[in-house]
Amino acid sequence: MTDTRSIVVVVNGKRYERAVDTRQTLADFLRLDLGLTGTHLGCEHGVCGACTVRLDGAAVRSCLMLAVQAHEKTVQTVEGLAGNDELSPLQQAFHDKHALQCGFCTSGILMTMTEFLEENPSPTEAEVRAALSGNICRCTGYQNIVEAVLATAVALRDKRNAAL
Amino acid sequence: MKPARFTYHDPAAIADALTLLAENEDSRLLAGGQSLMPMMNFRFVQPAHLIDLNPVQELSFIHVDAKALSFGAMTRQRQIQNDPDVRQACPIILEALSHVGHRQTRARGTIGGSISHFDPSAELCNMAALHDAEVILARKGSQRTLTFDRFGIGYLTTAIEPDELLREVRLKRWPERHGYAFEEFAMRHGDFAICAVSCLLTLSRHGTVDDVAIAVSGVAPTPQRLKAFEISARGQAPGHDLYREAATQAAAIEATSDAYTTADYRRHLARILTYRAMQTAVARFNSQAK
Repeated sequence: MTDTRSIVVVVNGKRYERAVDTRQTLADFLRLDLGLTGTHLGCEHGVCGACTVRLDGAAVRSCLMLAVQAHEKTVQTVEGLAGNDELSPLQQAFHDKHALQCGFCTSGILMTMTEFLEENPSPTEAEVRAALSGNICRCTGYQNIVEAVLATAVALRDKRNAAL
Repeated sequence: MKPARFTYHDPAAIADALTLLAENEDSRLLAGGQSLMPMMNFRFVQPAHLIDLNPVQELSFIHVDAKALSFGAMTRQRQIQNDPDVRQACPIILEALSHVGHRQTRARGTIGGSISHFDPSAELCNMAALHDAEVILARKGSQRTLTFDRFGIGYLTTAIEPDELLREVRLKRWPERHGYAFEEFAMRHGDFAICAVSCLLTLSRHGTVDDVAIAVSGVAPTPQRLKAFEISARGQAPGHDLYREAATQAAAIEATSDAYTTADYRRHLARILTYRAMQTAVARFNSQAK
């Protein structure tokens, strides 16, 4: 006897209406129902950060949310970061600075750090590292990730100053 | 790693939530989900009914006045971190919150959820113990207020009855000029605290201790106030001897042992962190304008 609800969610700017099992997590809904597999499952208990998405702008663990909780909310996943022809500034910096290897943790880190840079446009290295604490990476040792985030902060500042 | 089946409820108001609790015996309340959902994903808990409190707006508020800071149970940890009135009235809670999980968990995690879950290392439980908190528990048709020492019973166990929900936590406010410190040891930043010690104090104009509160977490199943020390410290001069006395009392707490950490090590940490916390709190008090 399954318990289902109908939900309406806007994901990466696109509206979806679906019937979901109430026990389905938001992560599984995005991956399986919507085919947005950029959001990854590393631990399914909230410690690794690979499943991080932005719910109404806030970076959250999608493995610890139910799909029904996203009803009438907006979600942004890694698929929503790039523009039509261009990677986002942070994605570009990850590419330039070799901030990913296997890429499994990358989507969660991109979502987290995109939010972080919006809140803190001029972070110190210590602040970047503290903000990264909720995302685990087994490959890189974090160094290039930190550099990519700091480089993006500089690039965005330069862009803002140039526009003035 | 998926939850077992349940019937999902999303009440719009507290009254509806309380009716659901009264009518459905095997139910769990969903607050921020940062503790409950992992347990459900692991199937450690398999409630027949899940009552989602996230739609209940009236459970989320921050109210600061001259006597107390009152938090609705569903207030997000991140909201508390960003609140300027809280920063002004109670800077220690912001320090404590910086150790609570990670930015992603604080975006959903709530103060009420953390306090009801009552993990021994929970920084917010430490804050409640430190500030002589009162908790308001509601059930259909009535509510009651408990002091925090009555509220916390044991390991992950509180006085909340199956048909009750925690609706509000009230922390006693300290005078504007007060010294504070929060010391925590965890394996990595954001991990569960192995030991955390908080301290609030005021000094008299003679420089002696006027009032002091110290709460030690992670050592015993519940946060421990150093009540005996707090009483004997009044009128004493701050300094090495006093800090050492506090540290000795902290190290005397009956400590739990588990697969990762021995009782001895917890007591060792309690001693060191208590000393540091007192030292820092005194320095902070002195550095503030009179």
